[in-house]
Amino acid sequence: MAFSIYDFTEFTKSIHEGLSSSLSPTMTTVVEWVIIGVLYILFVALFGLFLVYAERKVCAAIQQRVGPNRVGPWGFFQTIADFVKLLMKEIINPKGVDGFLYNVAPYIVIITVFIILSLIPFAPGLQAFDFDIGVFFVTAVSSIGVIGILLAGWSSNNKYSLIGGMRSGAQIISYELSIGLSIITMVIMSGTMQISGIINAQANGWFIFKGHIPAIIAFIVFIIASTAETNRGPFDLPEGESELTGGFHTEYSGIKFAFFFLAEYMNLFIVSAMATIIFLGGWMPLHFGEFNSFNAAMDVIPPIIWFFLKVCAIMLLIMWFKWTFPRLRVDQILTLEWKYLLPINLFNILLMTAVVLLGWHW
Amino acid sequence: MNNDGLKQAISQIESEAVFKDGSQFLEITVPAGKLHHLCNLLKSTDETAFNYLVCLTGVDYPDCFEIVYHIDSTVHHHVIVLKARTEGRENPAIDTVGDIWPTAYAHEREVHDLLGVKFNNHPDMRRLFLEDGWGFPLRKDYVDPVRIIER
Amino acid sequence: MAEYKEILFHSDKIKTDDYLINMGPQHPSTHGALRVVAKLEGEIVEAVDPIVGYIHSGIEKMCESLGYHQVIHLTDRMDYLSAHINNEAVCLCVENALQIEVPERVKYIRTIFDELTRIASHQLWWCATGLDLGAMTTFFYGLRDREPILDIFEETCGARMTFNYNVPGGLMFDIHPNFQKRVKDFIKYFRKKLPEYDTLLTGNVIFTERTKGLGVLSKEDAIAWGVTGPSGRASGFECDVRKLHPYSAYPYVKFEEKLATEGDTFWRYKLRIEEMWESMNIIEQLIDNIPEGDHAVKMKGVIKLPEGEFYQRVETSKGDFGVFIVSDGKKNPYRLKFRSPGFSNLFALNQMVKGVKIADLVAIMATLDLVIPDIDR
Repeated sequence: MAFSIYDFTEFTKSIHEGLSSSLSPTMTTVVEWVIIGVLYILFVALFGLFLVYAERKVCAAIQQRVGPNRVGPWGFFQTIADFVKLLMKEIINPKGVDGFLYNVAPYIVIITVFIILSLIPFAPGLQAFDFDIGVFFVTAVSSIGVIGILLAGWSSNNKYSLIGGMRSGAQIISYELSIGLSIITMVIMSGTMQISGIINAQANGWFIFKGHIPAIIAFIVFIIASTAETNRGPFDLPEGESELTGGFHTEYSGIKFAFFFLAEYMNLFIVSAMATIIFLGGWMPLHFGEFNSFNAAMDVIPPIIWFFLKVCAIMLLIMWFKWTFPRLRVDQILTLEWKYLLPINLFNILLMTAVVLLGWHW
Repeated sequence: MNNDGLKQAISQIESEAVFKDGSQFLEITVPAGKLHHLCNLLKSTDETAFNYLVCLTGVDYPDCFEIVYHIDSTVHHHVIVLKARTEGRENPAIDTVGDIWPTAYAHEREVHDLLGVKFNNHPDMRRLFLEDGWGFPLRKDYVDPVRIIER
Repeated sequence: MAEYKEILFHSDKIKTDDYLINMGPQHPSTHGALRVVAKLEGEIVEAVDPIVGYIHSGIEKMCESLGYHQVIHLTDRMDYLSAHINNEAVCLCVENALQIEVPERVKYIRTIFDELTRIASHQLWWCATGLDLGAMTTFFYGLRDREPILDIFEETCGARMTFNYNVPGGLMFDIHPNFQKRVKDFIKYFRKKLPEYDTLLTGNVIFTERTKGLGVLSKEDAIAWGVTGPSGRASGFECDVRKLHPYSAYPYVKFEEKLATEGDTFWRYKLRIEEMWESMNIIEQLIDNIPEGDHAVKMKGVIKLPEGEFYQRVETSKGDFGVFIVSDGKKNPYRLKFRSPGFSNLFALNQMVKGVKIADLVAIMATLDLVIPDIDR
């Protein structure tokens, strides 16, 4: 069986054929679901841990510290040790919480993450679902996450949590507009909402280069809005550590807290991946029009590495925001969205439409 | 204004004031009943303009409580020490000066908390540091066999 | 001036639909065991009620049974960030009462120590302010630069926080031979590093948007509520004790009392940064001119103050700190009162918070520079 890290299409196809030759079609689907599910859980656990580690190292570098350096080489196993600690911690159900909602909230948040992950293409062929309304589906599902946060805030029977939940609701719902609109801007350019279609349209140049001015504006807006969407600094009001102690997750402990924690980092990955897919060509190597030798050289690097390089670059940028900026106030956050980002975005859609209609893009 | 000028100005307002040249500041003792009136005029008169209450505290003496006010003027930069004594140690009470210098509200609560002096017309005479029902620790007759070790 | 009665709320006046939130006693923004009950309308603060006393340690009562040498050791524990200045206040008070003139050398060293303490205190305040506003990186920048100062302190007096370096009549021992060189090195280093503070936080658009025009305290209010220190000077209240009632070596140095008229959170912040510059100027004027001489006057083992009342004001990093000693001629003070700047500053909080958001309440509390043991004593 030929296995290439450049294209996983053959690889996944051969697994599917192998399974269907020995099992009934229903069983094949079930087994495939299980395999994919296990793979995603592994990915979330391992990559989530890596992200936590990376964040701590990045923040240490920014703050002139060393960061974790005791457990394992360069403190690499620190996050694993932390995770084990979280797993062993007692799960506390505080008095007066709304039992069902309180327990279900972290699952809603983490399930959202898994659903969106299934649409992310890591490399050609390495994608669980490829709807023709892919990006639309992602924006729709990502709104479910806020329900989990709202429920967590509401059901915790804690005033800090309630304020955190309310802030989160106001914030995420506002910034979803910006995310949606900047995605629409790029959908106008690509002409498709299918994720693989969007990526394939960038084969001869990423959208951020092809769409020049409107694409760059959309990219900046998308990055700002997605930082807000993931509740990360400087938009971390729902947690607002110095104001609300822990915001919506004040009352959570043990594995439930770990779910929120992991979901935050996986959301960071998801928004970075979406930015990569829509603006930076997903797994597509860096190609410039007719420079064939340059393009061929770029093709040597496997797409999966391209993808993770781009995602990590954007994640680094978002981490950088968090560790340099002070937190915004709740009214400023809404002002920024409704008075600045939204009008810019609406204007940008018009601009992009004009650019596409007049054929001014490359 | 120097101490002599202040003496003159204050004795015009309050004839019962007793003056004493302390080591640093002019010390003035006034009857408790006349205190509020005097403070009010000290602040509002332009020549004295005592608008900044630096420190307000109480001292427990065997026969009374003495409330001590260190008052400064941000205009003339002169400082005086006002003193007023409560009548006896049973249910001591004195007028508040919080309506003249609002910072006194907090300081009076502290004096109330630690010495048990009540301030008339104070809007918020809660204990400050200690819980209700605790004694008044800065009184000389305060006994706490558990927490205070006699030497 | 808002009326005290209007804005205050008692527990028996709380209505069922009032939304009260406790900031503290265990809360990241209060920097210690302070509890601020805030009455909210949605996100908007209507009034606050500071509740203190969680770490009330009865220092004033303890002082009544201690000698004057021993009292100094307790003053470290109040405003632990201005420990040296608190020590000095008691010493100056005792020296004034006994009419002792300390050697010039002592005055110079005390003043240099005061200003180093002030810088260290403002650095830690800057760390915490950034943290309160959500910029965690400031915390490490500030601590990085505070470390050299603490090293200097450690070298000379053996302690990093609670110095006990002052004794009535002078200093406990002479400065370390390296002292002058290290202080000069530090000034050189910190002059380079202080602009980083401005680049990281002061110039940040989010920071200025959040703090400008917030929590305005008028000059009249500042005076009436006794708000001193940089917080008071931001409102235009000229309350620098170093200028008004100079002590130690302050009469010999030229420095500016930084004032602002806005009285908002941003200027309370800005003035502290300016004060760090000013403190470095003061140290530079003194460090090369420390006169030779004794480091202390010979004092008796047991100090007895003459009968009378003595008051000494000094300028700590928080404001106007006062020591009031009532002596009956014995070896213990009859009554000893510390007028702590934080106490007055805290109770002026209600004047600034009406109509601000919760996040602003945290910002205002941060720029008041509250140190809780200073308030509770």
